[in-house]
Amino acid sequence: MENIYLIIALAPLIGAIAAGLFGKQIGRAGAHWVTIIGVVISFALSILVFKQIVFDGTPTFNGAVYTWLVSDGITFEIGFLIDELTSMMMLVVTFVSLMVHIYSIGYMRDDPGYQRFFSYISLFTFSMLMLVMANNFLQLFFGWEAVGLVSYLLIGFWFKRETAIYANLKAFLVNRVGDFAFLLGIAVILMYFNSLDYADVFGASGNFATLTVEIIPGWEWSVMSLICILLFIGAMGKSAQVPLHVWLPDSMEGPTPISALIHAATMVTAGVYMVARMSPLFEHSETALSFVLVIGAITALFMGLLGLVQNDIKRVVAYSTLSQLGYMVVALGASAYAAGLFHLMTHAFFKALLFLAAGSVIIAMHHEQDIRKMGGLRKYMPVTYITALIGSLALIGFPGFSGFFSKDAIIESVGHSDLAGSTFAYVCVLLGVFVTALYTFRMFFLVFHGKERMDTHTRSHLKESPLVVTIPLILLAIPSVAIGALAIGPMLFGDYFGNSLAVFDEHNVLAKMGETFTGAMGFVLHGMMTPAVYLALAGLGTAWFIYMKKPQIAADYKENYQTIYNMLVNAYGFDKFNDKYFAGGARQIGMVLWQVFDAKIIDGLVVNGAARSVSWWSGFTRQMQSGYLYHYAFSMIIGLVFLITWIFLA
Amino acid sequence: MFSDLSLLSLLIWLPIIGGFAVLATGADKNPGLAKLISLAVAILTFAASIPLYTSFDLTTANMQFEEKLSWIEAFSINYHLGVDGFSMPLILLTTFTTVLVVISGWQVIQTKVAQYMAAFLIMEGLMIGVFASLDSILFYVFWEAMLIPMFIIIGKWGGEKRVYATIKFFLYTFLGSVFMLIALIYMYNKAGSFSILDFHDLQLSMTEQIYIFLAFLIAFAVKVPMWPVHTWLPDAHVEAPTGGSVVLAAIMLKMGGYGFLRFSLPITPGASAELDWLIILLSLIAVVYIGFVALVQQDMKKLIAYSSISHMGFVTLGFFLAFSIHDNTGSMQGAIMGIEGGMIQMISHGFVSGALFLCIGVMYDRMHSRQIADYGGVANTMPWFAAFIVLFAMANAGLPGTSAFVGEFMVIMASVKANFWIAFLAATTLIIGAAYTLWMVKRVIFGEVKNDKVAKLKDLDKREFIVLGSLAFMVLLVGIWPNPLVEVMHVTVENLVEHIADPKI
Repeated sequence: MENIYLIIALAPLIGAIAAGLFGKQIGRAGAHWVTIIGVVISFALSILVFKQIVFDGTPTFNGAVYTWLVSDGITFEIGFLIDELTSMMMLVVTFVSLMVHIYSIGYMRDDPGYQRFFSYISLFTFSMLMLVMANNFLQLFFGWEAVGLVSYLLIGFWFKRETAIYANLKAFLVNRVGDFAFLLGIAVILMYFNSLDYADVFGASGNFATLTVEIIPGWEWSVMSLICILLFIGAMGKSAQVPLHVWLPDSMEGPTPISALIHAATMVTAGVYMVARMSPLFEHSETALSFVLVIGAITALFMGLLGLVQNDIKRVVAYSTLSQLGYMVVALGASAYAAGLFHLMTHAFFKALLFLAAGSVIIAMHHEQDIRKMGGLRKYMPVTYITALIGSLALIGFPGFSGFFSKDAIIESVGHSDLAGSTFAYVCVLLGVFVTALYTFRMFFLVFHGKERMDTHTRSHLKESPLVVTIPLILLAIPSVAIGALAIGPMLFGDYFGNSLAVFDEHNVLAKMGETFTGAMGFVLHGMMTPAVYLALAGLGTAWFIYMKKPQIAADYKENYQTIYNMLVNAYGFDKFNDKYFAGGARQIGMVLWQVFDAKIIDGLVVNGAARSVSWWSGFTRQMQSGYLYHYAFSMIIGLVFLITWIFLA
Repeated sequence: MFSDLSLLSLLIWLPIIGGFAVLATGADKNPGLAKLISLAVAILTFAASIPLYTSFDLTTANMQFEEKLSWIEAFSINYHLGVDGFSMPLILLTTFTTVLVVISGWQVIQTKVAQYMAAFLIMEGLMIGVFASLDSILFYVFWEAMLIPMFIIIGKWGGEKRVYATIKFFLYTFLGSVFMLIALIYMYNKAGSFSILDFHDLQLSMTEQIYIFLAFLIAFAVKVPMWPVHTWLPDAHVEAPTGGSVVLAAIMLKMGGYGFLRFSLPITPGASAELDWLIILLSLIAVVYIGFVALVQQDMKKLIAYSSISHMGFVTLGFFLAFSIHDNTGSMQGAIMGIEGGMIQMISHGFVSGALFLCIGVMYDRMHSRQIADYGGVANTMPWFAAFIVLFAMANAGLPGTSAFVGEFMVIMASVKANFWIAFLAATTLIIGAAYTLWMVKRVIFGEVKNDKVAKLKDLDKREFIVLGSLAFMVLLVGIWPNPLVEVMHVTVENLVEHIADPKI
């Protein structure tokens, strides 16, 4: 059994090494074959594992692969925990990864870095699998940083572009801010629990529920709150929550398949996965849960608003990802972990689909990404059009599509929550629904409908993308429609997650909702009576009215509400602030410490000063050794006089 | 071939005698032969050092591979050698690094090849002597003698301002060691021998301990180097030839850290407990302050030099956590992890900073510039080199899976037990370290080809590939599986922690 898990993780790694180190020898086709075979193996075995765990009732596997380190009586291991939650994540990761591998054959066809690209995405798949399969915090942190590394390499894949290498450095550093807190959180866990093993830590979490610590004298903190907030700051970096979200829009500088795989479907959801995995800890801290709730709600609404003013097709989708991550985080804050994971899964499918569809459009448009220069693509690219429509409807939560089930569940669970901040969160997620529908269909109409605004040369070349591109679109469209209705019962209200998640009775909003749950159909009917659906439809209608019917309105609004428009275009000024105060400030501090303290005080005053005073003193004493006999005779007499005086006086 | 009894002597004298043999080939009369002999000697020494690891007894804290001969009977000074879990890994690091340094100087050094190679071999023997000595006078002799070849290397094959740098380097380190000598003589008067192990058992009053501790601190702080006696290092590194920088960063700095473990902590545990705040403070200043200074460097070698100081801050921090852990939690649990973390950090820093200096050397050999501003887009013309430097840069930034993570991780895990804010400040290296390293990589490696010189760059040759490849292998090996390296230290560290729990007053 254990060998299967090992193969699942290692198969993509072997592919990555082969394509990366021996790219020249195996050639372009060799590179995509070797990596795709690796991912296919992982995917096929993940299905097998999923079947065993979910349908055959194979017990949870929790075991070590090897001992990384023993120190101070504590054993750090690399090992796997395979339960319902893990097997779901493995399936999502390997499936989306496989689709992206296939799609990349078409998308990256002309790129000189073809082998390198396949090596990186396989390495990513390996890292992500290590992250979700970990049975301890150390390995989690390994995977966590490893996906960050691959993300860095892939955002900067086209390393000649100044914007790309700016974006990847920024992404890495912002993520490091999160990781900094994450590592401290792990350190606090080790301090109290003396183990980094999930099972040990979760098992003992009750013992520390009431323990407090004063990290600032006179200010008592619950240990659990401290741990959970530190861990969550890590999640805020990886899952791009305000104010650590700034790297995600810029990450669109990477190739589009990467945006789909890493910056939409899998890596950015690592934070959500992590918090859900840590639910036995988070349940002990309502402070942390409220913090999670509020941060998620702010991200869900305010990042969505930014999508309204973007003109780059990928950036619109990127802001939409930010906003959807906010939804997942809100669910975690409301203790509806299952709902957050459910949305994670549906989002992985429909957002990967939307990104890949956007990529398909970008290929057709000869790498033009400005939606103002598109329009009317519907008739040139029917497959892309249909699949993009499916993805968009799923994203806005149109009844019956997968996104409807997951998003509606989140909204309702927040409505049921009693935690501090839940009312604020409820308002945010509801308004967010309208905003989501508005920006999604603004983009959709501008790209696929209306006037053809591209130049004639581009228009003459417009055509549907090749099969390697469209087949993944179709394969992703299927779960984007169907997975919601199929999975809502077992995942939210059944016992799908078994013991993977912990929820205290007083926080259990999903159980409250479950009392009235009668099946997927009933959930749709029930949803029709809540405001969310109508807000989504209103958003869709508004988009149609503004961008199809009366395009003048958009321009007028932009004129009349300059301040708001500018604020949105500048993304609330986060980037400017960070550049000025953090990046600039750090450089200024560095200059002062270097030029003033090191150069002037330590070296100038003390070190060279000591040298100077030695040379001054020796210069002075040298004067006395003039070589004239009468000088020496004179000083001898003076000395003698002093000596005699001293002897007599004494 | 050689019995265990004389293995350490062999490791010390083989490279020294080999070095003189290389000198005998004449300055530039037969550079080819000089290089061949040097390589053979370096490899033989490395091969001979491997049994230190393979036959090392993991169950005892006693000295192993001991040798003892009387040297100056009048003062009961002995030629006394031996290794434990602290010195053994550092000796292996020395023999390993020297092989790489000899290979890396193969084509680069054109003038006075024999002297260059001989200097490194002799220095290797002396450095092993420092780590293997159990008699403090023997230790002191090696400690000071080691400066001479380094002095010559920087002064002879160095850059433009090499004279200023060598004198600064020599005076700084020499001044520091004088205080140590006084402390050693004082303890000889009390103990009646110069044996380091006798010093460990010496009963000293708190006042005595504090003076001795401070005398050692000056000697070791200069070597590490710790803030504020660090300013010789960037100058020395910038002016030193690549090989000199590698040995300086990979091994010489470690002697300061080693000194704390061999002298300060076991001889003056009471003073260490009393003054641990000072070391912790200076360590955190190194991590944070020096990190900011590294950020704004224009010269790549200076940047890595400052980064070295910052990383060595973790070493001293890890070593002196025991007492505040005890104050805070009431037990010594965590102290072992701190000390082992510091040790691993030393070894790993030897690989990573050595590799980065070699990388800069590779570029310098081609472009004759160390200025970041002269570079840009190197990845376009040197893809393999780019892959290596990105790996080492990531290691420098402490990425898990590389050796550098292990030490930082262990020290941070231990320091949170002492005080949350110590861990907080130490962990800022995650951000600052990544910032200065990767910003340099961005400006040097990525981007469009900056100028004609970069456009003409040739990728790594076989020789460079082997050197960087073997370091990359070590960095990943220790990162992925550190246990075999940490194992050899366990008993020694446990013994030390037990020992320092008693202030000996």
